[in-house]
Amino acid sequence: MKKKLTMHLDTDSFLPASEEEKAYMVQMRPSSTFFKDGCKRLFKNKVATVSLIIIVIITIASIVIPMFWPYAYDQQLGMQPGKPVDPSFNNLFPMQWSESELKRIAAGESLVPHIFGTDSAGRDYFIRIIYGTRISLSIGFFASIIVLIIGMTVGSIAGYVGGKVDLFIMRIVDIIYSLPDMLMIILLASVLKQTNLATAIQGTPLEKIGSNIISLFIVFALLYWVSMARLIRGQILSLREQEYVLSAQASGAKAFWVIKKHLIPNCISVIVISTALQIPSAIFTESYLSFLGLGVNAPMPSLGSLASDALNGINTYSYRLIIPAIVISLIVLSLNLFGDGLRDAFDPKLNA
Amino acid sequence: MNSKTLGYIIKRILLAALTVWCVITITFFVMHAVPGGPFLSEKSVSESVRQALEAKYGLDKPLFEQYLTYLKGIVFHFDFGPSIKQRGRLVIDIIADGMKVSAKLGVIAAIIALIMGVLLGSCAALNRNKFVDRLIMVISTAFVSMPSFIMGTFLLLLFAVKLNVLPANGAAAGGLILPVITLSLSPMSHVTRLTRSSMLDVLGQDYIRTAKAKGVSKWGVVFKHALKNSLIPVITYVGPMLAYIVTGSLVVEKIYSVPGIGRAFVNSITSRDYPLIMGTTIVLSVLIVISNLVSDIMYKIVDPRISFE
Repeated sequence: MKKKLTMHLDTDSFLPASEEEKAYMVQMRPSSTFFKDGCKRLFKNKVATVSLIIIVIITIASIVIPMFWPYAYDQQLGMQPGKPVDPSFNNLFPMQWSESELKRIAAGESLVPHIFGTDSAGRDYFIRIIYGTRISLSIGFFASIIVLIIGMTVGSIAGYVGGKVDLFIMRIVDIIYSLPDMLMIILLASVLKQTNLATAIQGTPLEKIGSNIISLFIVFALLYWVSMARLIRGQILSLREQEYVLSAQASGAKAFWVIKKHLIPNCISVIVISTALQIPSAIFTESYLSFLGLGVNAPMPSLGSLASDALNGINTYSYRLIIPAIVISLIVLSLNLFGDGLRDAFDPKLNA
Repeated sequence: MNSKTLGYIIKRILLAALTVWCVITITFFVMHAVPGGPFLSEKSVSESVRQALEAKYGLDKPLFEQYLTYLKGIVFHFDFGPSIKQRGRLVIDIIADGMKVSAKLGVIAAIIALIMGVLLGSCAALNRNKFVDRLIMVISTAFVSMPSFIMGTFLLLLFAVKLNVLPANGAAAGGLILPVITLSLSPMSHVTRLTRSSMLDVLGQDYIRTAKAKGVSKWGVVFKHALKNSLIPVITYVGPMLAYIVTGSLVVEKIYSVPGIGRAFVNSITSRDYPLIMGTTIVLSVLIVISNLVSDIMYKIVDPRISFE
């Protein structure tokens, strides 16, 4: 029994806690990491989620469909070895059949239809669109990776070393930044097209990619790294004043180690976001250059070159222009919206 | 204007001059990476052009000396040499001819983009979260990320081929209508979005409330107080907008075959007329650099609070 105004302690309060009481004290919510938090915010954003789904569907389609589709992107269906040339394959409208195919169907064979018809050389247009999407997407992806690697290296060196090195690098960045990028890209692309790049890469694995795509990558590598470098330098400038960097330096860590282990992981969200936003701009530049005739090598399609080729037959075959145009717009728009969503979810500070 | 602003302007002008010099240098040396050099790489150069080029640039002299001659020619005489493919014509004449058409196209497109963009943006901001606002924002989002060549081909298809109401050829009467629309839609959407967000920002400021409280009419508040300040971010966009219009005009002039500088540039790339490529690259770059310079300086003068470092 408890009495007021007594020095006696209630011994009941000092009994060990029962299992039930212990369970009550346990944190019921699972701990949430930064990544999980961001993902939750990202998937709450309907626009970004839908964009992500569209991108995933397009990407998977562009990878998987060429594996089993019976026609190849560069296969001129009218010219089969050992057979006379069949011009009825050329310029088919969507879902039409050529004469020899009609005969085979009459004989009971089942064939895969030409969903978007064929082009003037008798190539299945559907697979060309799919393949063009694949080329455009991979150019966007790899160009961003190249930009990321160069920008990250230069930016972190400038930010971490500081002083004269920083000043020197940033002046170069300023000048490249103020160059009219599109014109310089056109200039470089038109020159690289004429140089002996094609013979230089002969026999190497690069040959398969084609000299024009390589020159596109060179162009991106030369010009587009500057904004990435600026961004990462700014991040590292503020991060290097943190105590953990000082602690790492005090324990004898070398510059490379500090950058790799401490600084880069701490600005990873900024890096990922700006790389994601770089992809649509690379795809856009590629299609622009292809449209001007500076893009991929001839039999290989890209969405820009398909649209450019379609301009000639715009009166009769307008769908040939509309399809790649819709695909480009869809890709660029959804990548942009997804990138914006990513930025909102993972770095609210960056949202200017 | 205080000395700090003046210092900034001088620094900015120096950077612009440096950029122009870099463009000329890069153009010259990149073009010399072409096998045989830009001036004589084609065997079909006519004898008169060859002689003119040799006399002018001393094509047997060291590369650096040729570079100095080329640089001097540009800076002092606007001289880009003769065209290789268009016999007997100077590059600068071709550029000047094209510029007459392109300047008209570009200036009209820029004016339309600015006026319409500001109007639509203010309209959206004043009707915030209403149907009009939503509609304007959806349309402008769609237009912003649509590449100019796609926009151009769609408009061509719709108005010139299917409906047949406007000419597809840019050289015909009224032929500039479609190119102007194509070029202005994307910058217009940008201006719309910029104006909307800055207008919303300004409308929340204290001095707007004061103006409303002292009884200024609704439109008085919008025109006298809000619009002026919300145009500041738009000024910064003028430079990039002109850059967009210059690069956009390359494809737009190709699509509609407008006889402008953009088409001359694209044709010079396909026909490998190197002096013309060099000349147009330099001239267009100078245009872009100057427009960026002007918009930066204007921004600084209009709003001295802004620092760029």
